[in-house]
Formats: sequence, C-alpha cells, structure tokens
Amino acid sequence: MFFYLIRRLIYAIPIALAVGFVCFMLVQIAPGDPINAIVPPDAPQEVVEQVRRDYGLDKPLPIQFGIWLMKVVQGDLGRSLATGRPVWSDLHSAIGNTLMLAAAASMIGFILGCILGGLAGTFRGTLLDRAAVTVAVAGVSVPHYWLGMVMVVIFSVQLNWLPAMGAGPGGSADWVWNWEHIQHLVLPAVTLSVIPMGIVTRTVRGIVAEIMNQEFVVALRGKGLTSWNIFLHVVKNAAPNALAVIGLQLGYLMGGSILVETVFSWPGTGLLLNSAIFQRDLPVLQGTILVLAMFFVTLNLLVDLVQTALDPRIKRA
Amino acid sequence: MRLRHLILAAVLPLSLAFTAPAQAQGTLRIGMTAADIPLTHGQPDQGFEGNRFTGIPLYDGLTAWDLSSADRPSVVIANLATEWAVDATDRTRWVFRLRAGVVFHDGSPFNADAVIWNIRKVLDREAPHFDPRQVGVTATRMPTLRRAEKIDDLTVALITSEPDSLLPINLTNLFMASPTHWEALRTRNPTAEATWNAFAANPSGTGPFRLTRLVPRERAEMARNDAYWGTKARLDRIVLIPIPEASARTAALLSGQVDWIEAPSPDAVPQLRSRQMQIASNPQPHVWPWQPCFLPSSPLSDVRVRRALNLAIDREGLRTLLGGMMQPALGTYPAGHPWAGNPSFQIRTDKAEARRLLAEAGYGPQRPLTIRVQISASGSGQMQPLSMNEFLQQDLRSVGINVEFDVIEWNALFTNWRNGCGHASARGVHATNVSFSAMDPFFSLVRFYDSKMAAPVSNNWGMFNDPRFDAMVAAARNAFDPTERDAALARLHAAGVDEALFIWIAHDVGPRAMSPRVRGHVQPQSWFVDLRLPSIQ
Repeated sequence: MFFYLIRRLIYAIPIALAVGFVCFMLVQIAPGDPINAIVPPDAPQEVVEQVRRDYGLDKPLPIQFGIWLMKVVQGDLGRSLATGRPVWSDLHSAIGNTLMLAAAASMIGFILGCILGGLAGTFRGTLLDRAAVTVAVAGVSVPHYWLGMVMVVIFSVQLNWLPAMGAGPGGSADWVWNWEHIQHLVLPAVTLSVIPMGIVTRTVRGIVAEIMNQEFVVALRGKGLTSWNIFLHVVKNAAPNALAVIGLQLGYLMGGSILVETVFSWPGTGLLLNSAIFQRDLPVLQGTILVLAMFFVTLNLLVDLVQTALDPRIKRA
Repeated sequence: MRLRHLILAAVLPLSLAFTAPAQAQGTLRIGMTAADIPLTHGQPDQGFEGNRFTGIPLYDGLTAWDLSSADRPSVVIANLATEWAVDATDRTRWVFRLRAGVVFHDGSPFNADAVIWNIRKVLDREAPHFDPRQVGVTATRMPTLRRAEKIDDLTVALITSEPDSLLPINLTNLFMASPTHWEALRTRNPTAEATWNAFAANPSGTGPFRLTRLVPRERAEMARNDAYWGTKARLDRIVLIPIPEASARTAALLSGQVDWIEAPSPDAVPQLRSRQMQIASNPQPHVWPWQPCFLPSSPLSDVRVRRALNLAIDREGLRTLLGGMMQPALGTYPAGHPWAGNPSFQIRTDKAEARRLLAEAGYGPQRPLTIRVQISASGSGQMQPLSMNEFLQQDLRSVGINVEFDVIEWNALFTNWRNGCGHASARGVHATNVSFSAMDPFFSLVRFYDSKMAAPVSNNWGMFNDPRFDAMVAAARNAFDPTERDAALARLHAAGVDEALFIWIAHDVGPRAMSPRVRGHVQPQSWFVDLRLPSIQ
C-alpha cells in the first residue's frame, strides 16, 4: 500500500506539468491579448509595449512558461495581471468557498441519490422505480444554471425566503455556521446537487438491483434475517462503488461550478475562473486550473484508499 | 382557534428567520457589473465603472466632471485645483493653483509635493514609488503630460510634450493618493509593489468617502469622510458588491439584497418597474457605432456609401427593440453639446435618400452592396451587440445592403481594434463594432480622425488620413482659451459628421435601477455619478 501511495504521488508530477502546459498553451492560442487586462485598448502603442515589457509578456513563450514553472515549484503561483494581488491569496479563499459549496452539494446529491437509487433498485420495475429514474434523468439533463435562475425567481424574488446571491451578509470572510449565513448556501448547493443526485441515483439503482439478485441475499433471506439486516448487507456491498462515484462528482463540482457560482455570485473558484477567462488573466487561470487538477488527483487517490479500506477484496498493489 | 395560534407561533420565528436583517440608516448597497472590486489604490481598473465607484468617491483629481445636473452636458470643473492657465510664453507649461486646507484621509496635507508625487507614480520610472501597474490605466489617459514642478506649496507647473489644450480634461483621470500614508506603509513592506498592495487595502485619498473594509472579489465598504473639504455626502456608508451576471443583479435588487444595480438588462426593466423600482437613465457620452475601413478596397471608403448607411438606419426601431434603453446617435455628440458644432449633413432616417446615394455610388438591385462587420457577442459597453446588429442587418436589407458579420470574442475584437483594418486580424471586414467613451475629446475625436493615430499607434482602425482633419486636430489642441477650444472641437466634430466618418447608431443611456428608498440620485449625462447626493429613506 505504501509503495502504491508513493507511485500515485509520483504520477501526479507529470499530470501537473501537463495541466500547466496545456492551460498555458490554450490561453496563448485563444484570440485576444492578456495585455488588455492591464491597459485599456485605447492606450498608446508605446505604453502598451512598455507594460508588456514590465510584465515579461514580451519574452518568448517557452521562457514565460519556464519562469512560471520555476516559481510554482517554489510555491509561488505569481500575481494576477488584473489586480496585482498574489494569485494564492485569491485562490486560497476561493477554494475554501468552492469546497464548502461542493461539499454541501455532494452531500445533498449523495443522500438523495442513495435514497432514490436504493428505493428504485429495491423496487425495480414499479412506479416508484420509474419515478426515481425520471427524477435522476431530469437531474442530469436540466441545465443547472437555468435551474439556479428559476430557483432564484421563486425563492428569492417571489417568496423572498432565501438570498439571491453572495456568501453571507458580510461576505465569505465573515462566514459563521449560523442560519444568517447558511441560507446563502442553500440555493447554490441545491442547484449544484442535481447532477450528482441524478448520477448517484442511477449508479446506486444499478448496484442495488444487481446485489439484490445475488445468491448471498437469497441465503440471507433463507437464514431468516430481517429486511433491515438484509438492507445493511446490501448497503455495505454497494458502498465502495457509490463512494467512488460521489468522490469523482465532488472533484467535478470543484472545477465545474463556473456557471452556478456566476449565477449566484458565489465567490469560489468558478467565479474566479470566469473573470480570469474574460480578462485573459493568465497567472490566475494557470494557478487555479493547476490547483483544481491537483485536487482532483488527490481526491481520486483518497477515494481509492477509502474504497480499499471499506472493501478488502479491492487490492492496491 | 387554538390550532391557528399554534400554527402562527410555529411560523412566526421561521418568517423572522427568513427576513433579511435591517440595514443601518444611510447605507447604500450597490450591485456593480464588475466581477471584482475595482482597484482601490487610486487608479482604478475595470474601466469607467472603476472610476465611478472606487475612484471619485475615495479620491479627487485636480479637475473633475460636473455631475450635479441631469439636464446639461457634464463639463470639467475645478476640484483640487481651483484655477489653471497655460504659460503665455511656453504653451507646454501649465500652472495650476491648488485648493488650500485640503487633507487626506490620514490627516496629512494636500499640496504641490503631493501632486508631483502622484504624477511621478505613473510617469517617472526612477521614482521609488513608481508603480507599473498604474501606468496602463492612467498614463494612457493623459498622453502628453510629462512631469511636474513645484512653484510654491499651493502652485504647481505641469509640463506636456507638446502644446495640448486638452490637458485639464485628461487630468480628471489622475487621482491624488496620500504620499505620507504610502511612505508610512513603505516602512512595513519590503517592496514598492507590496506597499501599493497594502495601500489598496488601506487607502488614503481626499475623497468624500474613505474605505473601511475591503474583501477582494466580494465587497468594499466605505464610510462618509466627515472631514471632506467640499459638500459632504448624505449617506453614512456605501457597500459595493460585484455581481457580474445581469439576472443575478436584478434578483438581488428585487429580493432586497442591494438597493441599487448597474445596467439591468432591458427585458428586466418592465418587471423592475412593476415592483416600484426606480429606473434612472440619461444619454451618456458613449457611442455604439460601426467604424468604417477607409482603405481603397473597402466600399466604405466612399463617403456616399457611408452617408447612405447613416441615413438608412431606423434608430427609433432599434430603441423600441431595447425597451427605450438607448438614445439615437446622430453624431458623436448630440446637438446642444459644446463640441457638437453645426454639421451640414443631418443624420436622420431617410431610406429614399439612402437608396439615391447608393445608386449614385453604383450600387443597386443589379449590383447589391455587401459589407462585412466584425462584432462581438457581448462585452463591456457593447450593450446588446447580437440583437442590435441583427436588427441592423434586417433594417439595411430594406435599402438593398447585405450585411455579413464576423462574430468574435470581445477581448479579441478589442485587440484587433489596435491592429487596423488592413491587418490579417480584420479578416477583410469593412467595419468594426467597438463602442467607446466620448467624455474626453482625445478619445472621442482625436484618436480616430488624426492620421498620426492610425493603427497600431492608436484606434484609427480605419486608417483614415485627411490633412484637413490633421490640421483641425492641431488647431483644437492649440486653442487654450476654453471657448476657442470648444469651438475648434465643434468644427472638428461637425466635419467628421459631414464626412460620415462613423456609422453612428446609438448612445447608451447608462440605465441603473434602484429601490424606492433611494432618494436624491441625480443621473448626469456622464459615465460617472456623484455618490454624495443620494440618501436612503
């Protein structure tokens, strides 16, 4: 297990390099100029060239990439072209906010998905099964930014029950776990949870249905176990796969909440990426994508380890 | 009955919990279109929205825009400088008399040394406090200013690279930060760059508000500066909240999370009005045009075609499309503006005359005119570019003009603007659709009409080159009497309209929506607002 862990950590290095390189090149290939984040388009040419030199944007691309890479190795993600602030200071708070949102959405998605999937798998072919599958298909099909807007219209604008945007009355810096703040989390978390909910429902439904048909379940029934005890056995067998799915979903939510965070002005990595993309803020883009990629790699590793712990039949050599 | 009481008792705490906390009296919460708080170190980014919210409220310039009236054009007025004049013997030397008794938020005095320090922060690379990050958003807006000299504590001389009567207008973009406060922060920070970052978190200007809290990307809180030298603000506090998504801003206003939003989308206006929200709008010095390419291969190099396009457009129809949220553009400046002049070519909707001009230029049913325009799908100041351009495409078909679009991303369109229409990035288009601010004559006229400003030097994208216009630009920049200068600019503008140097289409009206509790707001004919005027009821 130890060597497996070391090997997986070593694998992360080329992944980080590839992510950094691809991100750097994609931004370079895209039309537009990062200098527009710093100077207005009506700036005289000599000012543009001077600022380009000041920021090192006049250097050849391999040198720009090399300089960035050397700094990253030393733990410095650079400074935002647009604000001049260290990328890490913005990223640090944004990651915390996105993690909070993604964890809440995953929890809602996981719980609802397990309940719906468990019921659908247990009562396969019934009306309940069809209803659960319909909800699951709707969850993965409905554009979540659209759902977010609809929920804002209903719960914020019409009913005035929940706030429409932001991360608390004083911003995320003042976050405390009371209702005044948690109410800001409800709509974005529910919006973001519909996709993992749908995926987990379908996964759990399939797993449960398969397990329910296995001989050991028949044997358990034959031994006279109660339905509850049989259910516990089914859950234990279904847990590793369900966990793997939700682990991956958490990773997707960390990097894939750009639209939902924009709709709700939630100050996470999605909103940070959104503004960085439009401003061609290269250091923020590269730093954010690199950290999110590393988070995804780490999460996959953790899921693998927890899967092994839950089910000793899964060996990691 | 007991059951009803029980239900009420259960529901009451819930309803209280769901109710937003009451705001302190006099706190105005503003939802901005920006995705981040504009920089607070004295030279804001985020375009003019930055100047509007973290420039003018926190800082003052030597000159300022008059934002006190909705009825007349906003003009430059005295601010930290009380009077100024060019040196009669050396027209590259201006003398500015400074206002006495002004202090920065940190209590240090504003004087000639502070002016010199603030000019050096963006123009003198040898200055210990030089900040390259502030150069882009400042030096570009005062292109001829070179340095400053102290005459006495309250008098300063500003030196330009060439005679330039537009300098006092340009100086509205240079905000005065406190040198004393910066020096104090410098002792606690390792570099000038780090010191400016610390200054941004804890700034000191002379403006009517002072920053009390900054959470990057989320909120900035400002409190009234009770030691302000001029008319003090009515509000106790202002909270700035970035909400880049238009529907999120609308929802935030309707749900009571903010009191004021910038740029509600036109289709949200009826709903906002139905909920008793106030909609403020007024034509801004903003132009949404098609900028022609003047190269010989372009059909728009023919003045008859440019005039025909200007006459063929149904601007009122476009205004209806936008729910009234635009002003038809009949030139860069509307009639009545000091720089509008009296053009002989009257822009209006006259499709018959447009067809006649096109026929005269050789276009008609047998030889239809096809033009290609580079546009963006969105972008700051671009209003609703897709629907507006599609409207124009349909409208111009009625006079036999086929319009094709090259739709590219906003940042790319901006970048191409500097390349010129002969560059490969133009991809053979005959016009570009980049909106611009017309507050300052350099940016509204000079950079487009002066042949020295041809791309890539500046934004004469169409490569327009006419010695008559070069001479008029020079005359305007050498007219130092304000009346004479305004007359020269008016002649330049009128000549531009006569030559149809743009296809003028719309002026933005800078819509903003606000709660009925907001009182006293004046919507000037400007990109800026005076946040000293509103109050919260």
